[in-house]
Amino acid sequence: MSNDIRYLTPINIDIKKDKYCRFKKSGIKFIDYKDANYLLKLVNEQGKILPRRITGTSAKFQGRVNKAIKRARHLALMPYVGDMLK
Amino acid sequence: MQEDKNNHIFAPLNFYSLIKNLMNSYETVFILTPVLSEDQAKEAVQKFEGDIKGMGAKITHLENWGLRKMAYPIQKKSTGFYFLIQFEANGSVIADYELMMKRDERVLRFLTVRMDADHVAYAEKRRAKASTN
Repeated sequence: MSNDIRYLTPINIDIKKDKYCRFKKSGIKFIDYKDANYLLKLVNEQGKILPRRITGTSAKFQGRVNKAIKRARHLALMPYVGDMLK
Repeated sequence: MQEDKNNHIFAPLNFYSLIKNLMNSYETVFILTPVLSEDQAKEAVQKFEGDIKGMGAKITHLENWGLRKMAYPIQKKSTGFYFLIQFEANGSVIADYELMMKRDERVLRFLTVRMDADHVAYAEKRRAKASTN
C-alpha cells in the first residue's frame, strides 16, 4: 500500500570505514626498498603508487613509501611499468 | 700554537675536524652481469671489498642474493647477480667509490644509500633474522 520502494536484497550502502596509517599502527619506522613483496601492497596492478586517499597512509610515511618504491624500481626489483602484478 | 688556539674557550668550533672523522653507515645494492660465472662474480665482489677497505671503510655485512630475474631488462640482460654490502665510511670517500662502480663494466646498476638510525636498527634486525634461519 505504501509508496516506499522495497528491495529483495538490502542495497549496498557504503559504510564509511575509518582509514588508518598502517605504518603508524604497526610501528614500522623504516620502509625497506629491498623488500619488493611488501612494496607490492602499495602499488596497483600496473605498478603505480597508490594514493594516500586509498591506502590511508600518513603524509610522513607516504613520502617514505614513494622513496622506497622508486629505489626498488631503480634496482629492477619492481617494474616501472607493469601489467597484472596482482 | 695551533692547538692553543683551538682549546681557547672562545675559539670557533672547528667543524671541519669534526666532520673529517665522522663515520656514516652506508649500504650498496649492486647488480653484476649474468655473463660472468659464479666465480668471476665472487672475484668482482672481492675486488670491491678490497677497494672499500682501502678507502678506510669497515665492512659490516655482505649478502649474496644470487642470480635473480630483474623486473625489466637492463643492457638487454634479464637476469643479474645481486649483492648487498653494508659498510661504515667517511662521507668524503663515497664519491670516489661511486665513480669506481660506475667505471666497472661488470656492474649493471648500483644504488648507495646512507643509513639513518632507523635504517641501521632495521638492518641489525634483518641480520639477526637471517642468522637464525
